Amino acid sequence: MSKSTTQEPLFHISKRGALPWYAAWGIRGIALLAALVLCSLITVLVTGENPFKVYVTIFEGSFGSPRRVWVLLQNIAILLCVSLAVTPAFRMRFWNIGGEGQMLVGGLATAACMICLAGVLPNWMVIVVMILASMAAGAIWGAIPAICKAKWNTNETLFTLMMNYVATQLVAFFIIIWEVPKGAGKIGIINQATEIGWLPVVGGQKYLLNVIIVAVICMAMYVYLNYSKHGYEIAVVGESERTARYVGIKVDRVIVRTMILSGALCGVAGMLLVGGTDHTLTTTITASRGFTAVMVSWLAKFNPIGMIFTSFLLVFLQRGAGEISTSFGLNQSFADILTGIILFFIIGSEFFISYKLNFRHGAKKEG
Amino acid sequence: MENHAVAVEMRNITKRFGPILANDKTSLTIRRGEILALLGENGSGKTTLMNMLSGIYFPDEGEIRIDGKEVVIRSPKDAFALGIGMIHQHFKLVDVLSATENIVLGLSEKLDLEAAAKKIAKICETYGFDVDPKQKIYDMSVSQKQTVEIVKVLYRGADILILDEPTAVLTPQEADKLFAVLRNMRDDGKAIVIITHKMHEVESLSDRVAVLRHGQFVGELITAETNAQEMTNMMVGHATTLNIVRPEPVNPKPRVEVKGLTVRSEDGILKLDDVSFTAYSGEILGIAGISGSGQKELLEAIAGLQPAEKGSVCYVEDDGRREQLLGRDPLKIQEMGVALSFVPEDRLGMGLVGNMDLTDNMMLRSFRRGNSLFTDRKRPRKVAENVVHELEVSTPSIATPVRRLSGGNVQKVLVGREITSAPTVLLTAYAVRGLDINSSYIIYDLINRQKKQNVAVIYVGEDLDVLVELADRILVLCGGKVSGIVDGRATNKRELGLMMTRIGGGAHE
Repeated sequence: MSKSTTQEPLFHISKRGALPWYAAWGIRGIALLAALVLCSLITVLVTGENPFKVYVTIFEGSFGSPRRVWVLLQNIAILLCVSLAVTPAFRMRFWNIGGEGQMLVGGLATAACMICLAGVLPNWMVIVVMILASMAAGAIWGAIPAICKAKWNTNETLFTLMMNYVATQLVAFFIIIWEVPKGAGKIGIINQATEIGWLPVVGGQKYLLNVIIVAVICMAMYVYLNYSKHGYEIAVVGESERTARYVGIKVDRVIVRTMILSGALCGVAGMLLVGGTDHTLTTTITASRGFTAVMVSWLAKFNPIGMIFTSFLLVFLQRGAGEISTSFGLNQSFADILTGIILFFIIGSEFFISYKLNFRHGAKKEG
Repeated sequence: MENHAVAVEMRNITKRFGPILANDKTSLTIRRGEILALLGENGSGKTTLMNMLSGIYFPDEGEIRIDGKEVVIRSPKDAFALGIGMIHQHFKLVDVLSATENIVLGLSEKLDLEAAAKKIAKICETYGFDVDPKQKIYDMSVSQKQTVEIVKVLYRGADILILDEPTAVLTPQEADKLFAVLRNMRDDGKAIVIITHKMHEVESLSDRVAVLRHGQFVGELITAETNAQEMTNMMVGHATTLNIVRPEPVNPKPRVEVKGLTVRSEDGILKLDDVSFTAYSGEILGIAGISGSGQKELLEAIAGLQPAEKGSVCYVEDDGRREQLLGRDPLKIQEMGVALSFVPEDRLGMGLVGNMDLTDNMMLRSFRRGNSLFTDRKRPRKVAENVVHELEVSTPSIATPVRRLSGGNVQKVLVGREITSAPTVLLTAYAVRGLDINSSYIIYDLINRQKKQNVAVIYVGEDLDVLVELADRILVLCGGKVSGIVDGRATNKRELGLMMTRIGGGAHE
């Protein structure tokens, strides 16, 4: 074979069978290492900084002090909450990229309750109404595109995206109505003196309640998707609508029902932000988490447990990137470059999990 | 057979897909001026082997020689340069372009449609093809599209042709026409390989037969010196019987009554036109027709998946009570207590969920059972184990996604689930399409067992040889109309073929 005049191609690509989980994670680990090496090279070449110092700083950004750890956990909790919310829709192959808008209207409903019901209802009742209102608001925001999809087969990606802008404008409108002081253009801390509508502090830690709530949602979502009849219907509709019809699943109903759930959970995430941590409302309060959640969910292949890790990874990188830009006086863009490289490698490694490259004569050695 | 020059020699070809060995040191010789039939069960590596020859896959090991010279085939382009052309089961044509435009598509020569049309006309004349170079693809019948695919390959100068199950979509008359053309090409000195499951085609068309089993080359036979029985035994690896039994229906009673059923597709095209018939219990009613004559719509209308414009579909109980099925969805029909099972044509796109494992697929129809919010996987797991055991499904485990199974095993899983619910009506669409002989006979046997249990079976089929052996009565559809209902014991392939193309099958205009 080696004497042949025409050459065998340098490599060709073939599909792998199922890889055992440890091999798949091995590939992902190698990808992460390769990404770190490339990042080091770029850091040295572009900035002249010691890459190991940079990595230590990234790590310190998340774990440098107990406060930072709590901020990390809080950020993970909110991001994970939105990610969990969009996941049932994704499992149904309904591309809900309106998490942003659903979160915002949830936050808006929360702020409305805090502002309008303060002094009208006792504090615990304000909180109950607040929770229900935020879920309802998110659910409505999710249901509108779902109903249109079910009835007229509209494109859910565009529709949910557009709903985000509507939500942003709606919030902007109410901020002007509720602004404190007049003309400030912002709301400021709501009920700062009375703390009405603020979620209670548990165990002396400001963020602990959020973390607990999201952990419970995560487990519940895992069970719902994998073991409930609804979860099964979602999976069938997602795989093939024709199969779903064939066994008598009402596809329209499943789409609307699932989007109501998805929207309601986004609403809860908005409520946790406004009622649990920030106690204010701005148009950018979501910090694009509705979009980041898409990545969290995809990277974890729509598995709620896996999403704990992927949301950790993304928040960790974000916090680290912020930290190096301040410590080294580098601008934020450099940190974004590093984050981009790492994500590129991690997403790219999925290719090597599904496919393998066969190099020239490589097959013979495997034997 | 005189000595023909060797065109292709494949030696010790090995190809793996992950842990699966598709070809294991397979060797094959293809000669000029000869039609070679490549035989083998599903998953025996026929198509993979041919895909390596036509540049779609690259072999892990082994060598390929064309006219005695070792070659490397990296891509379909390399294959064309060596004169190798493959006609796939699924046509790759652009609907809105004409035959000529499709044929020259992708060639780097100067675009001259006039000259190309002339060249095409010449090819057609040489081999007896019937193609209008100006006709658009969307205006063509399946057999015309196939002809365009063959001409496309010849236009590119192929003299080694590979056809993957070319007759799966053709009427017997069209298949005969194709065979005549293939014989012409053989006599012109071209090397032809045909992959097929139909024994009578192998016998009537090929000169030589090569048999693969589990990815390995088992042997070669001269067609004239062998018979279907011997070839099948070689393919399967042990002795088999090739008879379809047809027990007499016992005490048949009307079960499904279809009257004046008229169905239009979403674009308003008439798919079924005033179709009436009755299916009886304990009987197999065969449905024949050119593909797309309304078979799909008919079964789906009965199964509650296809709204109708007019007509009625009634389920008749033993005591004569009638229940209207039309306008009810599958869930309603199930809730009414009508045990109707449906094996659809699109197995992985409709009957099963490819990415789910056997257990989850078993519960597709039954997951709603019980008041619990949660699914019960214990029972489906048992059902899956039973189906795997009884129907000899070859699968690594019941936790394997069904899309990883071979075609025959996918169908066993689907049929297995559908008959587990003890149906009184069983609808099957192309139940053995793409299955090898062995799997096909298992399916025939399963269907016959249902018949003996007094199930009314409606069997849509494409292989007329099987229909005349299996069905008690055969309903022939032609363009959405009932062309006739004939006794399966008294009819023959010719008659059915004529009825498929002309209402009533009359030879006179």
